[in-house]
Amino acid sequence: MEDDALSFLEVRGLCKRFGGLLAVEGLDLTMAEGEMLGLIGPNGAGKTTVFNLLSGFLAPDAGEIRFRERRLGGLKPHDICRRGLARTFQIVRPFARLSVLDNVKVAALARHPAMSDALAAARSVLERVGLVDRASELASRLTLADRKRLELARALATEPTLLLLDEVMAGLNATEIDAMVRLIGAINAGGISVLLIEHNMRAVMSLSHRVIVLSFGEKIAEGTPRAVAVDRRVIEAYLGDEYVHPAAH
Amino acid sequence: MRLWPLALALVALAALPPFIGSYVVTLFTLIFFYAYLGQAWNILGGYAGQLSAGHAAFVGIGAYVTAVLSLRLGLTPWIGMFVGAAAAALLGAIIGYLGFRFGLRGFYFVLLTVAFAEVCRIIALNTEAVGGAVGLYITFTGNPAQFQFQNPRAYYYIALVLMTGATVAVWRLEQSRLGAYLVAIREDEQAAEALGIDTFRCKLLASVLSAFLTGIGGAFYAFYQFSLQPNTLFGIPLSVEIIMRPIVGGAGTPLGPVLGSFILSPLAELSRSYFAATGWSGGHLIVYGSLLIAVVLFLPQGAAPFVARLARSWRMTR
Amino acid sequence: MDLVLIAQGLLNGFLFGGVYSLMAVGLTLIFGVMRVVNFAHGDMMVWGMYLAFLLATRLGLDPYAGFPLCAAVLFALGFVVQRRLVNRIIDAPHEMQILLMLGIALVLENGALVVFGPDPRRVKSFLALSTVWLGPLFVDVARLVTFLLAGVLTGLLYLFLFRTDLGRSMRAAADNPYGAAVIGTDVRRVYAVAFGIGAACVGAAGALVAPFYPFQPSVGLGASVTSFNIVIIGGMGSLPGAFLGGLLVAVAESLGAVFLSPSLKELVSFSLLILILLFRPAGLFGGKVA
Repeated sequence: MEDDALSFLEVRGLCKRFGGLLAVEGLDLTMAEGEMLGLIGPNGAGKTTVFNLLSGFLAPDAGEIRFRERRLGGLKPHDICRRGLARTFQIVRPFARLSVLDNVKVAALARHPAMSDALAAARSVLERVGLVDRASELASRLTLADRKRLELARALATEPTLLLLDEVMAGLNATEIDAMVRLIGAINAGGISVLLIEHNMRAVMSLSHRVIVLSFGEKIAEGTPRAVAVDRRVIEAYLGDEYVHPAAH
Repeated sequence: MRLWPLALALVALAALPPFIGSYVVTLFTLIFFYAYLGQAWNILGGYAGQLSAGHAAFVGIGAYVTAVLSLRLGLTPWIGMFVGAAAAALLGAIIGYLGFRFGLRGFYFVLLTVAFAEVCRIIALNTEAVGGAVGLYITFTGNPAQFQFQNPRAYYYIALVLMTGATVAVWRLEQSRLGAYLVAIREDEQAAEALGIDTFRCKLLASVLSAFLTGIGGAFYAFYQFSLQPNTLFGIPLSVEIIMRPIVGGAGTPLGPVLGSFILSPLAELSRSYFAATGWSGGHLIVYGSLLIAVVLFLPQGAAPFVARLARSWRMTR
Repeated sequence: MDLVLIAQGLLNGFLFGGVYSLMAVGLTLIFGVMRVVNFAHGDMMVWGMYLAFLLATRLGLDPYAGFPLCAAVLFALGFVVQRRLVNRIIDAPHEMQILLMLGIALVLENGALVVFGPDPRRVKSFLALSTVWLGPLFVDVARLVTFLLAGVLTGLLYLFLFRTDLGRSMRAAADNPYGAAVIGTDVRRVYAVAFGIGAACVGAAGALVAPFYPFQPSVGLGASVTSFNIVIIGGMGSLPGAFLGGLLVAVAESLGAVFLSPSLKELVSFSLLILILLFRPAGLFGGKVA
């Protein structure tokens, strides 16, 4: 089953244990370049742990991660970022005492060592996410929706080929979610592959090409959004088995 | 930042010495000197956000190495100070490497720096080769080639150059890529790491740079005071003096340590003479402690940002 | 190797460990409840010592009788420090908290210097010099009493934390301040009490240890370092860790004094701290690394 198109991101047998708790167990995952892959599952399923493993914040206990043909094992987060894999955090982490522009500038410096180039690159990223009007505001003064955009902008400024988005819709209202969905869609259409952890089903289902479902650290389903939505194991994981109709499979 | 008022102030300071008596010359020399040390600390503590309460270790090493090279090998301090600074930088690298490799942050890192400084102090106290508890004394020869000057005003100018040089260096650092990285690390180290910043390397660099500059200060101190004692040079009171300037004046700003020094040195002098009635200089540390408490509670960013805000609002109402 | 000497060292250390445990328990309580690192811990102990000195010289009160008073005064100090100072920056970045406690340490230590002078003081206790023989080993009665008192105080603290309502509120607030506040706990007051108790512990320890050695304000730093050593070994926030750690460190120091010269003892203490910081910041009982 060696499909070259799927070797953009390849995860095999990924395991992570915390003391007695098996947070991620034997995860296999592949992504093709340009794909938008949704990662869903009930709380505590291990989704953020997977992100932490992919981005180098945690070391796997077993298994292998290959990004663009090269192994990521043991690399530090900053090296992984330089390889083109960027992530956002579930709870946003802006550099509070810096301006919005300076926040993004820091990220842009990774690809543009000269300060003036970095500033220009930062500005263009801010335009892309719609934050350029707030460029000189302090990050701590932003609304949650704008902080999420800032988080996204910073990750984009590192010019990734793969972007890991961790619950980027959490805490946003319906209008803000729509805007974010459009933004992410545009980013993906622009050629950046996206791996998306989300609880907002509408968003995930409308954005993702494929969806993977985790529960208690294991992959329990994989497929198109439609297929996954009616998968009985998925329904059981989220809602309990009383909600699984005999007709669903 | 408006440069011309600063340039003006600098010119004024440079022109001052012929008009002031030797007591004031000494006061200003110490203001400049502690501002310089505070500025060196600022790189690691203010910009990188890694609080060190053991910077006296670097002063001591810079001082002792330079002095020993001069006393035993006749090496002029003009060269010796760089050797001393390199030795201090080495210690800075060790502390940084150990601390950051083992993930020590905040309170744990502070403790590490204090422990290293105390270890240095105790070793110096017990090593007869560097004078032990008695310390080292430098005979006065007044030979400029050996970093000795008849005229106290010479030290004034050297200290002024040190302070100005360090301040300019920090200002340039602030505008550089390393500076931006250090500030990001200070704000949120993990987020910085996720954005491609090699946080370990940056922090280590800051530690080495800070230690090196502080070491030069140590050499100056040795040849300004002509005597070296372990308790003075490696002790906690000196570390406190060093961190007070940037914290009161504004850590993480180029002018903070300078402002802090201009506030604190006169204050220390005043309280020293007040407490002289009771017989010792420990009293001024009470003032420092109270000031530290007050700054943390009421002006956590230090005086410089506060003054900058005042200056801005003053400009806007004109 | 003189076995008797070693055994004596072990015994002396073990008994003295009671005081160390008391110091460490106070520090770990403050950290455990509020995540505040009391840099002024050793300097609070110094004031406990000086208060015992005052009580002994002005009122003729033996430290082993007067220590509750020292503890009470230090409790008040700790309470006020938390209530008026630390509470105001409880949500600020940790650096602020470190600097605040450093400032308080400076004020306390140099305040003692100004009030009492730099000369070493001694406090006499009627128990000093009385010994009891246990085979070839002698038991210093003062040390024994110190150990028992320290043990009793720690036991009382345990009872307080696990059997009283205020103690339970304290543990709740330590675990989850928001949750505790939601159910009506006056978290700020609980914090103040916790700090007060922590200070009282170390104040009592100061009074208990005063008869053993001459002391001056500068011993504050050493006392703080010892407390940190113990608490980091035992695990920040862990009471049993602090207690056992205290015994462990005291025994290690006592044995160290048998084998090493006194001037090296301080060196060992700081070197130990460095090693502990590097290799075991989570401690034996695995508290959370700050």
